[in-house]
Amino acid sequence: MEIFLQQLVNGISWGSVYALIAIGYTMVYGVLKLINFAHGDVYMIGAMTGYYVALTLGVTESHPLWHLGVVILGAMVVCALLGVAIEKIAYKPLRKAPRITALITAIGVSFFLEYAGQLIFGADPKFFPQLIESRPLFHIGDVAITTIPAIIVVVSLILMGILRHIVMHTNVGRAMRAVAFSPDAAQMVGVPVDRIISITFIIGSALAGAAGVLVGLNTPKIDPLMGIMAGLKAFVAAVIGGIGNVPGALIGGFFIGISESMVSGYLSSTYRDAFSFLLLIIILLVRPEGLLGKRSVEKV
Amino acid sequence: MGCRRLLSVLALVFLAACSKTNQNEIVIGEFSSLTGNTASFGIASHNGFAMATEERNANGGVLGKQIKLVTEDDQGKSEEARSSVLKLIRYHKAKALLGEFASSRSIAAAPEAQKFHVPMVSHGSTNPKVTEFGDYIFRTCFIDPFQGKAMAKFAYNTLGIRRAAILRDVKNDYSVGLAKYFQETFQALDGTIVADESYSEGDVEFRSQLTAMKALKPQAVFIPGYYTEVGLIARQARELGIDVPLLGGDGWDSPKTAEIGGKAIDGSYFSNHYAQDDPDPKVQNFIKKYKAKYGSVPDSQAVLAYDAANLLFDAIQRAGSTDGDKIRAALAATNGFPGITGSITIDPNRNAQKSLVIVQYSNGKPIFKDRVGS
Repeated sequence: MEIFLQQLVNGISWGSVYALIAIGYTMVYGVLKLINFAHGDVYMIGAMTGYYVALTLGVTESHPLWHLGVVILGAMVVCALLGVAIEKIAYKPLRKAPRITALITAIGVSFFLEYAGQLIFGADPKFFPQLIESRPLFHIGDVAITTIPAIIVVVSLILMGILRHIVMHTNVGRAMRAVAFSPDAAQMVGVPVDRIISITFIIGSALAGAAGVLVGLNTPKIDPLMGIMAGLKAFVAAVIGGIGNVPGALIGGFFIGISESMVSGYLSSTYRDAFSFLLLIIILLVRPEGLLGKRSVEKV
Repeated sequence: MGCRRLLSVLALVFLAACSKTNQNEIVIGEFSSLTGNTASFGIASHNGFAMATEERNANGGVLGKQIKLVTEDDQGKSEEARSSVLKLIRYHKAKALLGEFASSRSIAAAPEAQKFHVPMVSHGSTNPKVTEFGDYIFRTCFIDPFQGKAMAKFAYNTLGIRRAAILRDVKNDYSVGLAKYFQETFQALDGTIVADESYSEGDVEFRSQLTAMKALKPQAVFIPGYYTEVGLIARQARELGIDVPLLGGDGWDSPKTAEIGGKAIDGSYFSNHYAQDDPDPKVQNFIKKYKAKYGSVPDSQAVLAYDAANLLFDAIQRAGSTDGDKIRAALAATNGFPGITGSITIDPNRNAQKSLVIVQYSNGKPIFKDRVGS
């Protein structure tokens, strides 16, 4: 039981990271019907930005908590700008092109970010400074809940709460849902579709940036290719939850995180990645619309 | 058809123009992981080779000729190591090869060196398989059975450990081999391996394996991996409350281990080729030279590379020729070569007979603990 609980804790902290990335996939798919394969690399840029912001703040024995806030905010701002730049430069000129063109462009952007990253940051891994000292916060039975997983889960939940508020209770959110429902109809009733698409990219990329920093805290090795696998896993999470569906991305993220942790704990770590993709195959065969998705109706 | 013929003629002319070698130079090929996951070792190796080459050239070179060290980056990938070596042999016409420290990469490259009869000297590949590809493959470091046995005996006899766990990198020949020899010796001594978990090079998340391991209450964890993963594993192990000493092999020897692992690595032991605080003036003198040139303390790979290059140059001098077979014979006859890492004798299996040291991390610094003879 103790092992099970500990694996669950491990899984939940990864799950919340996958969920944050998956939300970006799902939101962009919701408004544009585009699978933004560059999204995993935006997450990598988030981790790298966090690393450099943290270095600028100085390497000290113990960082005050506001350092973490600054690092996360810095990564979110840079990723938001990057996200909107990608949208304006790469996707907007292709708005009327066939969907496959945009998809291939997304793969191109992904490669560009990966290899430009290797050029700028160097190919060898970097090590994220220890912004938060790892110590047990409290115990459940014999299981220690330490500071880092706790912070990851809390920060993710706060960000998801803010997102939910924006989508459900603001005009921007209402416009997003309208664009997701029907871009043409939204345009006709006066929704500024281009601006809403940009805002969607800003929000999704900012969340990926935050996820990059959180991963840097949890597993401090970051490199320019770290976005590939994490991006694929988050994509699987988005599909499992039902692509285009925000709560679905959340559930998919936790589902992948926890099942990976269980597989490497009880079977072998060699099967971890295989298992995630096996899940994708199963879900596509059994319930292609995903756990929360509805056939033919898509939401932001 | 005509077009294709023209192209092939052009290609031949191009190749002939490129492969023209300077008569006053001896080309030695080096393949190292200058980028990638193990770049720290690759760069240190390159520094060691380059330093030995420079010194030798400043002292008149070999056979009256200057040595030209041609370096190929294999990016830390086995398939790249093979193509790097092919390029060194066929394009750069290397007379002998230096590299790699990673057994997986040496194993990928060795069959090519053997096929073209180009002697290859690995400075840091400790997996026994490396030199089994043929009589042109040599190494100047000890091998894993020796290292694994030494660590198992040290754990059982010196630390009094009876229950050990293993966490091995299943993608890495070096790690799998070392784990096997540790396990065999430890069990032969009547110790118990309570858990045998695995990970893959490049992983960043080990908590699941460590959690499963913790429940079985080992007194020590043997982690025969490379520094990047070891540093992360140490941190995650301490986080989960595994406070027992961690044990490892020479893959730990990089300043990065302590940089990544921080306090988590303190109190752990690993077997190594040399210790930085060894009082031997030969060692201290080398460290001083290296520091002046590269600004950092050399890790084992740098020292091993320096020794391997010097041993190779010495063999070419003794061979009196750059003919592959003659260099091979001279390498095989090496007896008591005075290296920085100790006296090196090449045995009939083309492995080096030499001693190892056991080092303990204390406040982020490796401290010499023990020396084990061959």
